[in-house]
Parts: sequence; C-alpha cells; structure tokens
Amino acid sequence: MLNRRPLSYYLLSTFFAAFLLFLYGPMICVYLLSFQGPEGGMSFPMRGFSLVWFETLFSAQGRGVGDLHNSFFRSIRLGLIVALLTMLIGVAAGMSFRRKYPGSNFVFYSAIASMVVPGIFVGFGISLTLRLLGLRPDWWYSGIGAQLTWSLPFAMLIMFIILGRLDKSYEEAATDLGASSAQRFQYVILPLILPGVIGIIMAGFTSSYEESARAGLNIGTGNTMPMELTGLLGAATTPVMFAVGTLTTLFMFSIVIATLLVSGSIAKRRQLRLTAH
Amino acid sequence: MKIDTEFNAKNLVPDTEAGEPAEGTVNRFDVEMVAVSKSYDGGARAVDEISLRIPKASYCCLLGPSGCGKTTTLRMLAGHEDVTDGDVLIHDRNVTDALPAGRGTSMMFQSYALFPHLSALDNVAFSLKLKKVPKAERQARAMEFLKLVQMEELAHRMPAQLSGGQQQRVALARSLITRPKVLLLDEPLSALDPFLRVLMRSELKRIQTELGITFVHVTHSQEEALALSDMVVVMNNGKIMQAGTAREVFEKPSNTFVARFIGGHNVIEFEGRTVSVRADKCRIVEAVGGRNLPATITSIEYQGPLVRINLVTDDRKDLCAVISDTRFFADPPEVGEAVIFSWMPDDEWAFGA
Repeated sequence: MLNRRPLSYYLLSTFFAAFLLFLYGPMICVYLLSFQGPEGGMSFPMRGFSLVWFETLFSAQGRGVGDLHNSFFRSIRLGLIVALLTMLIGVAAGMSFRRKYPGSNFVFYSAIASMVVPGIFVGFGISLTLRLLGLRPDWWYSGIGAQLTWSLPFAMLIMFIILGRLDKSYEEAATDLGASSAQRFQYVILPLILPGVIGIIMAGFTSSYEESARAGLNIGTGNTMPMELTGLLGAATTPVMFAVGTLTTLFMFSIVIATLLVSGSIAKRRQLRLTAH
Repeated sequence: MKIDTEFNAKNLVPDTEAGEPAEGTVNRFDVEMVAVSKSYDGGARAVDEISLRIPKASYCCLLGPSGCGKTTTLRMLAGHEDVTDGDVLIHDRNVTDALPAGRGTSMMFQSYALFPHLSALDNVAFSLKLKKVPKAERQARAMEFLKLVQMEELAHRMPAQLSGGQQQRVALARSLITRPKVLLLDEPLSALDPFLRVLMRSELKRIQTELGITFVHVTHSQEEALALSDMVVVMNNGKIMQAGTAREVFEKPSNTFVARFIGGHNVIEFEGRTVSVRADKCRIVEAVGGRNLPATITSIEYQGPLVRINLVTDDRKDLCAVISDTRFFADPPEVGEAVIFSWMPDDEWAFGA
C-alpha cells in the first residue's frame, strides 16, 4: 500500500487509548462499585448488584451520611452565585480591554498571574487578612470572594479569546449605523459572544463546585460538597461514597448536556429564522 | 412576488435636515477637507495636511499604494478616526467632532461587516431598529433598499449563505438606508473575483448616479479609479499628489509618482529633462522627426486588441510600448531583439513645467 499510516500514528493512537483508559477506567470502577451488593466492600469483587448504598444515602431525609444533603445545597447556592458574578465581571472586564487604556497590560497580567499562585495560600492569605481585620469568614462574602480569585482569571481568558476573534468592524458598523454603546453591546456584541458567555457561566459554576483549597478556610460554618466529601472519604468504610460519586457525576453531566442543549437551541433558532421563508 | 422593476430611487435621496445651511446659500461641495492631518501618538503623520473639495454628487476615488493614508482619510471622513488637525465639512457643515452617525456619512467596510447573526433584511433594517421604527415599517423600508441592490429575493438569507458579491449588495443597502449625503466605501471591490469586480463597479456607478449623492471610494486599482471617477485623488505618503478628473490625471499627471502609479506611462529622462509619454503613443520603429532610444525587448504580452511590449534601455531603464495587434502582427518583433524605441515630441508631457 502506498499511503500506509506512519508508525507515529500507531504510537499516538496507543497513547491516546491509554489516556482514555486512565481517565475513565477509575471512574467506571467507582460507578460499578456504587451498585455493590449489601454484603460487598469498598473494592472488587462485586458481591451482587443492589441500590442499597443509594438508599442509605437518602435515608433519614438525606441525613444518612454525614451532612451531604446540606453541603450539596450549599455548593449549588455558592456555585450559582459565583457563576453569575464570574460572568458579569468577566464580560465587563473583557469588554474593557476592547480599547487600550493606560495600565491595561498591568491589569491583565496581574489578573492572570493569580492563576499560578497555589490556591491553598490564596485561601490562607484571605483568612489571615480577615482575622487581622477582626472579621468572621462567611460564605456570602469571603467564600464567594475566595472562589472568584480562581474563576475570574479563567473568565477573562475566555473573554479574551472570544473578543479577540470578534472583528472590530462589526462594532464600527454598528456605530456608523447610529448605535449607542449600549445598543452596540445589546444588539451586536452580546448575540455574537453568547455561546462564550454561556461557557463562562459553566466554567464559573464547575470551578466553584469542585473548589475547596481557597474557599475552605473562608466559607465559615457549614461545609461545601468537596469539603464534606474529603472528610467522609477519610473515614469511609462502605461503598456509600461511591454512590455519591455516581450521583455527582450524573448531576454534572446533566448540567453539561443542558448547556449544550441551550447553545444548540440558540444555533437552531438562528437556523430556523433562515428556513422560515 | 411581483418585482417592482421601475423602482424609484428618487424616494431614497436624503431628506433636508435641520443643521443644513439656510436656503439661499449655495452648497457647492459635498465634502471639504481643510488642512486635515492625522498622527498617531505624536508620531509620523499618516495623513499630512490634506485639503480636498469634492463637488456635489461626484464619484470620487482615493487612489494610492497601501499605506498612503487613503483609508485613514476615509475613516476620518466617517468619524471612525479622530482628526489630529484641520476640519472636515460635509454639505458645508463642520463635522470634525461629530459622531459617525451624526455627520451625514455612511461607511461600507472592506469586509462588509454584515452582522452574522442577522438576516440580510434585519441587517438592512438595523439602523431603523435603533431608531425604534416599528417592525413592519422598518422591514418594508429595508425591502425597498434591497430592491435597489437587486437582493429582495435573498432578503431572508443569513450573511454566511450569501456570496461575496451578494454580501456587498446587502452592505450597500444597509448603508444607503441611513440616507447618507456621502457614502464612504473602503476598497469595496477588492474581495471580489475579477469578473464580479467589473460588474459591481458599474452597479456602484449606476446607484450613485440614480441617488445623486457623493460616493468616496478608496482603491489601489488605477483601472477602477479611472473607470468610475468624476474625480480621482492620487495619494502618496499621506499627501495628495494630484486631484482632478480621471482624464486630467491620466493625460496630465502632475509628477512622476502619479505618472508611474496611474500606469500606462513611460517616465523618461531624455536630454536632461524628465518627461512622461503614454505607452500607447510609443512605437518600436525609428521615428522621423521624433525621439529615438535604442532598447532591447524583454517580454511581449498579447492582450487581444493590444500588445504590450516591455523593453529595457542600455542603461537598464524599463520602458513599455502598447501597440495595436494589427500593427504588431504586421511585423512581429521578438524577445531579445534590439530595436529603436520612439515617440513624438508632441506626446511628451513635462509635468506642467
């Protein structure tokens, strides 16, 4: 054969297959073990199939295991607020860079540099500062603030990429046609960057939902999901934790799918408008 | 749907608005630029004290090589670029500091800049939407303008579903619906293939004539400028080299830059003088009573009715003669042949000196 695939194709394919196995293999183990029979332990072999660990999880009005029920809702509440703030601040910050201003480079790099600072020190620093000021940490200000130090640089980077691809002449054309800056944003820029804005909300939510290094010391009383799980895993003796893993994954996947559906329907609505006539 | 073939362009001519000069004063120029300069951050001047008057209802081309300041000049007229120094007047009103939408101009962008999320119709209706014109009315108005550019059948297509030429028509309609006194076009034909370019060129001229407004068209194509213009403005290094009718610029270039840039000219140093001679007035036979220069043929381009012969003199100066095919095939010379390049003294142009 003349156009045989080169050796590198097979090497890279093998590498990729190994990567997939490494990524999803352990997760599949967790999902399987969450259906462990009532007699089964935290490792293979499976001793029958059952939903008993899910039942345990939801027994006693969700107080079957630790404080998972409440910490889940705390995480959702925190995640939604962080996602919304990340979107608002990220989009505004991204827009501010559409025009160069004195010190814009400094603002950009100082925001991006915070990504390389280990989260645990950011969290510790915030908590230390609060103590110096005589403030008690609480989720609605220091918790949210600590997580924003993590999600905002990402939002800014995403905005930079999206806005960087947005042709400046769209804005000029809108101005030329009489648009005020608010109209320009509403009618031209926002519709064009909408998929990216949804992406920022998603990134904001997921980065908050799994974050504990920064929030941990600054959340006040009441654990969030990752903190509660870390605590429970250390003392776990039954597969009930695997059931948590399965449910959390399902939850996150449904969010991702919902996002894709929303983005898809935006695209479809645009498509429909063309075929309507 | 019945297509209204007798579309009346007169309805689309700009209204007289407040801020116009009082009745009785004669508005002689559509555009005036008075000693306009542009420099970035105190650096070199991209546009250097240019003054220009464009008469009423003219087709004006700003012509020059890339980086000559022609696009900057256009963007200053549009208000998308601040004027560093000088004044810009549209219909006798000083608009130097006016907003882009408040100066009676409309700009058509090189990339067309059609909003990709809006249909052709919504793109054209965009400026009316900003003015809160009711939907039915603005769509009807937009349709009128799509008719003007013969795009009514594709009104509901998205920009991505339109060809380059169709996108351009939509962009034109979107600009014209704002009823500009002056339409500004930034290299409008450069993205089109050569066939479409010639077609759109005559279309632009037709629309300009029908509407009776001034078009200012930036181009680097000499052919385009000569074909379209009532007025050609040749620019180089941020300065105006020459402004005049197409014929003036072609027949009487004001300096060697214009003669070379406009094409079809030989700039020859002969007996201590620099003159330009149109290539179509030059011959490759010895001329009795004419100027004769020995030269060697370097290449021959057959162009149908005409044949272009490139030559080089003994002191390595390039020359060019354009002769009719009849004359060429009567006695065809060959590449590498040593010939006499000649012209008549009457055909010399000494740049007004």
